[in-house]
Amino acid sequence: MKSDITASLLQQIRNFLGNDLYDIYEEYPYPLIRINTDRLHETCRFLKEKLHFIYLNDVFGTDRFTSEDRFEVIYHLISLRDQQRFFLKVYVDEESPTLPTVTDIWKSANWNEREVYDMFGIRFHGHPDLRRMFLPEDFKYFPLRKEFPLLGVPGSLELPNTTPDHE
Amino acid sequence: MESDHITRKKPTFFKEHQEAIYKSLEDKHATVELDKSDPLSTRMILNMGPQHPATHGVLRILMELDGETITRCRLDTGYLHRGIEKMAENKTYQEFMPYTDRMDYLSPYSNNVAFCLAVERIAKIEIPEKASYIRMICSELSRISSHLLWLGTMIMDAGAISYFIWTFREREKIYDIFDEVAGHRFTVSHSRIGGVNNDFTPAAVEKIQKFIREFPKELQDWHKLLDRNRIFVDRNKGVGTINPEDAIAIGLTGPSLRGTGIAYDVRRFEPYLHYGEIDFEVPTRTEGDNLARYYCRMEEMSESIRIIEQCFQKMPEKGPVRIDDAKKAYPSKDEVYYSMEGLIHDFMMTDTGVCPPAGAESYHAIEAPKGELGFYIQSDGTGHPWRLKIKSPSFSNLQGLEPILDGEMVADTVVIIGGLDPVMGDSDK
Amino acid sequence: MSLDRVMGEGFFTTTIDALMKWGRSNAVWPMPMGLACCAIEMMAFAGPKYDAARFGSEVFRFSPRQSDVMIVAGWCTYKMSHAIRRVWDQMPDPKWCIAMGACASTGGMHRCYGVVQGVDNFLPVDVYISGCPPRPESVINAILKIQDKIREEQSLELDY
Repeated sequence: MKSDITASLLQQIRNFLGNDLYDIYEEYPYPLIRINTDRLHETCRFLKEKLHFIYLNDVFGTDRFTSEDRFEVIYHLISLRDQQRFFLKVYVDEESPTLPTVTDIWKSANWNEREVYDMFGIRFHGHPDLRRMFLPEDFKYFPLRKEFPLLGVPGSLELPNTTPDHE
Repeated sequence: MESDHITRKKPTFFKEHQEAIYKSLEDKHATVELDKSDPLSTRMILNMGPQHPATHGVLRILMELDGETITRCRLDTGYLHRGIEKMAENKTYQEFMPYTDRMDYLSPYSNNVAFCLAVERIAKIEIPEKASYIRMICSELSRISSHLLWLGTMIMDAGAISYFIWTFREREKIYDIFDEVAGHRFTVSHSRIGGVNNDFTPAAVEKIQKFIREFPKELQDWHKLLDRNRIFVDRNKGVGTINPEDAIAIGLTGPSLRGTGIAYDVRRFEPYLHYGEIDFEVPTRTEGDNLARYYCRMEEMSESIRIIEQCFQKMPEKGPVRIDDAKKAYPSKDEVYYSMEGLIHDFMMTDTGVCPPAGAESYHAIEAPKGELGFYIQSDGTGHPWRLKIKSPSFSNLQGLEPILDGEMVADTVVIIGGLDPVMGDSDK
Repeated sequence: MSLDRVMGEGFFTTTIDALMKWGRSNAVWPMPMGLACCAIEMMAFAGPKYDAARFGSEVFRFSPRQSDVMIVAGWCTYKMSHAIRRVWDQMPDPKWCIAMGACASTGGMHRCYGVVQGVDNFLPVDVYISGCPPRPESVINAILKIQDKIREEQSLELDY
């Protein structure tokens, strides 16, 4: 029953994307596809409007630590009508890590994209308020990149002054 | 005139950060701007937190006020950010389990279960039936315990201190149960990859039975006190309203989403453990305000009691609580103490642990008390996850706070935060 | 000549210093700097079962101006440390500080880039509590230690 929906869903996406659908990950417990980065925004709109994925659950990045296509960003969507999860993956290059934003499609992408920016330094074009999510703006590193040490860079975050300020 | 403006002091720490967040509110220079023509209209930026008793931790909110109405607000999170996902990449799967306790520290058992299920899915481990019932019982207990704290603190924010004491009395009973089951009051780390650590002792069963016998009466008493309480209803009805379309768009989850009428519950959406075989309701309300969230959570607590009762009926009397496969789970302590192989296996489990196949990816979500809690794991074939992403419910719910607060009165802020029930340790990762 | 004879029964004499210490030590009002999981145990410490009122510490003051002892409960990040230090600076003297739990004492299990490895990097801590999180009994013990410290160390001369 459920696999029928999944199969028809994948068929529709295949028809829509054609050769821009790079990969379908069969091992994954949910449908997970990798697409051409240039068609991301268009595909997201198609998924929301035609296939009823109105609920964006999560956006997150991964550092693959390869010389080309270093980062990947994964979009996790839910269709409440079909009781279906869907995962969409794009690769991002290290040289110019930018992606088009999807905040105009799903409002909830706002914080998630800020988190990806904070952790990996991937910028989102057209994001309304791209600030760091967790770390202060003064921090110059992106901690979830693999080259960042677990204990951080000494002195990159300041400690408070321990002599009370007389003001 | 300069003297009409009370200029804001220069920030003394994380200057760029402070500037950016004020800039995001488009007000860099002043906290109070007096409009000379109308002395009553006053625009003002109010900074609330990060140290504020009603923010349930260390949330910081910057609000732009027009009189007493909030016109716009920005949230500044990350005051508890410690980089849990970075730490996960440097730990084995079993080593990382105690960290999940400290994420949503109001319901640690649910987090343990979520993480173990995610690892079990990627490493293809089946757990014994008894273990899954133990996990279900304890997850529901932790759901009750989380909602109890929400009830106590939310009503305390609304002005009634005594509720906190009553709900904490019940919470202490749940702590005692966990103390008996797992050996610690609330950061239990009881669930293991491949099962649970130990079976219920007879004393623990007795304590849980006693609790589920007595708790519905307490719940009834609280309903009696609150449902028609004029102050409580006036304080919550029509406050923090959000309609279902906006709730979906902004990505609310858990009781906050169900309070708007959308019955999205992962226990029903894709049943895990044995939730498919259990008869329970998903309480929903259509109003979408704070009172609706209150009713949802209160009904969830009584549903949890029903689930625990059914689990006890279905749970097998005897049976293993952890799979007997030394490549996938810790061997039992008997084996470790009395056989050489057991000792070696225990050492190997601690040293490398479970190794999912290289390149495998997986996602598993459960319905935590706050909403959908999911773990995405990417493996590189070693005992450490290559990437572990936590989809935390508080993060999604907090994002909804910004649109919900727009247009509300500033005095209702604390009640709305209480109603959404964020936990910063969960949200800040 | 003893003062008892002059004033009648029901009086005894002491030094001002001892009286101050007695008063101070039995009304240690905590400033709960609840950050993470330990905050929940701190709430249990104030709750019905462990009842901090027995030791005069039931009044949790959320305003630093009215409190005597700051309980730092939970891991402290670099971002939060500035706020904690500011609250500490706002507390009136004499003041004491409890680092509750492993994370506040040493960084504990959170040995990572975001967490200050022990709040004693920027706060003068008087009592450390072990445990992750400590049980409420340990918090009571810490309060008693603070009381001992007040009785033994703090005196009137030190105040000005």
